[in-house]
Amino acid sequence: MTTTQTPLLNIKNLSVEFGSVGNPFRAVEGLDLTVQQGEIVGIVGESGSGKSVTMMAMMGLLEGQGRIVADDLTFDGKNLLTISGRDRRKIVGKDIAMIFQDPMTSLNPSYTVGYQIMEVLKVHQGLRGAALQARALELMELVEIPAAKTRLHAYPHQLSGGMSQRVMIAVALACNPKLLIADEPTTALDVTIQAQIMDLLVNLQKERNMALIMITHDLAVISEVAHRVAVMYAGQVVEIGKVPNLFRHPTHPYTEALLASIPEHSKGARRLSTLPGIVPGQYDRPKGCLLSPRCLYATEHCHQERPGMTQHDTGAVRCFYPLVDKEAV
Amino acid sequence: MFSFLLRRIGVLIPTFLGITLLTFTLIRLIPGDPIEVMVGERSLSPTLHAAAMKRLGLDQPIATQYMNYLGQLLHGNLGTSLKTQENVWVEFKTLFPATLELALAALAFATIVGLLAGIIAAIKRGSIFDHGVMTISLTGFSMPIFWWGLILIMLFSVLLGWTPVSGRLDLAFDVQPQTGFMLIDAWRAELADPSLNAGAFKDAVKHLILPAIVLGTIPLAVIARMTRSSMLEVLREDYVRTARAKGLSPARVIFVHTLRNALIPVLTVIGLQVGTLMGGAVLTETIFSWPGIGKWLIDAIGRRDYPVVQNGILLVASLVILTNFIVDILYGIANPRIRHAK
Repeated sequence: MTTTQTPLLNIKNLSVEFGSVGNPFRAVEGLDLTVQQGEIVGIVGESGSGKSVTMMAMMGLLEGQGRIVADDLTFDGKNLLTISGRDRRKIVGKDIAMIFQDPMTSLNPSYTVGYQIMEVLKVHQGLRGAALQARALELMELVEIPAAKTRLHAYPHQLSGGMSQRVMIAVALACNPKLLIADEPTTALDVTIQAQIMDLLVNLQKERNMALIMITHDLAVISEVAHRVAVMYAGQVVEIGKVPNLFRHPTHPYTEALLASIPEHSKGARRLSTLPGIVPGQYDRPKGCLLSPRCLYATEHCHQERPGMTQHDTGAVRCFYPLVDKEAV
Repeated sequence: MFSFLLRRIGVLIPTFLGITLLTFTLIRLIPGDPIEVMVGERSLSPTLHAAAMKRLGLDQPIATQYMNYLGQLLHGNLGTSLKTQENVWVEFKTLFPATLELALAALAFATIVGLLAGIIAAIKRGSIFDHGVMTISLTGFSMPIFWWGLILIMLFSVLLGWTPVSGRLDLAFDVQPQTGFMLIDAWRAELADPSLNAGAFKDAVKHLILPAIVLGTIPLAVIARMTRSSMLEVLREDYVRTARAKGLSPARVIFVHTLRNALIPVLTVIGLQVGTLMGGAVLTETIFSWPGIGKWLIDAIGRRDYPVVQNGILLVASLVILTNFIVDILYGIANPRIRHAK
């Protein structure tokens, strides 16, 4: 997996803390992630595992609420840890763009769709007048919105969820970003629309060779589109690896449990397998491995000490006893 | 939009009926009648009293009196004052500009200061400024107007001598009421005759400041608190996060994406303050001897001047209702989701 190319995004040992200094809650802990240009990286994990917070921290959207510490946080050669707010705003929305989970609430209800698309073009590219209109229309057509011309004057409440998400994608793509972050872009949509939006995203990614970080808890989607996947649990990346290796031969017990909970992966089983217990919260973090209270394979060692990331030939895993390929044994 | 208007208007009819019924009964519940008040301590024989009451039509059963009153109203007749024999509408028209001037000044003060304080408090949430604004506005909201007015008069008029104690203009000036708005009339008088009326406008402003602050204090507190909480709510919205993710400047995020949506409930609250202002005007005008309808109504209640009380209050209430009606429509303009609702 090692490439000589410098990654577009390089995150090293990122931690994000909330709450008071004396009694902090670590939403993200020791996170490493690299994204190459044109690569699709999936981040999967349960709700509250720190997927979104990581991306929000990177984009500077936590608004001083979270404390961000990292050894390295570089995007496109720029250090996002020390960058000024003004310089960051030149990147955010232009080179890094993000779309969110609920398109119906992510658009401002008081402005027309056209206004909200044109706003980015005005701010980042200084477009005005007819050129601005034309570019906005072009973007609406790019994301396959029918009757784009009339829809420019529509208010968000007049659009369906799927249409709203297309508008959000148009806003995100307005300035040809190098990296697009899609934070559960289809979770709030109807099943039939989900596939359409996902296809649209993947097609646009290929066309423009932009990097795409896809945050989701839908493993099926990730296994189809992503090049690499990071699995997060309680604020840590527990396993990262290439697709399809990671899905065929999970090495972390949590990844294995996640896969076992997908119907396609457990054909013939009468009940889907589940992992007992819940994700530890702020006050009940175990001393050892964060998964140890729920892990089927946990030993005394796991309860006493937290494992670090161990590299292997197709990725890395945070486990003292990574699972071995059953077929190989 | 048309059906929206019709529905709003439909609600108005029972409201007006309710107001007439309330004022009609309440003023009659106060002991004493107009004749007794007029006569005062001198005694009046029961026959003369009965004759006088009959002349005013007050001898008839209450229900009949009420129906007569409604009949008059439907003919657009607001009656005449028992004291001055002047038409109630004419009296109202003469006095109203004074109240309007005071109320507008108070509302302008409350809106400008309240919005600013609320916005800054929301942006700097948890700061000393935020706590300060919240504490002061709670104090302002709980302050009895008459007490607050007297304290300010003591401090600024009596102790410091910065502002006059009462009235709308110093007697030294010769200003003819034209618009009824003292600021405008004084301005014009000063321009017309600079030698005689030099400084009239400044004097009118000085007279207006203190009453406007007193009357505007409660609306100011309400507007500041409402703006703050509404801003905080909108700042948590997903679309504000979207605005930040677009790389917009903090000023753009606040003023374009947050404030516009946060102002919708504030607008309603400002509209509702018109009622508070009219109620407050009664006290404020009395404290500052401000010759407006508040003082006029208080005097009329004292004299049991039934036509003035009934119709004066009806006029004030209509005004409050009308303002809220306009606010409702503005609300529809500010919020496309309401405008388009079928």
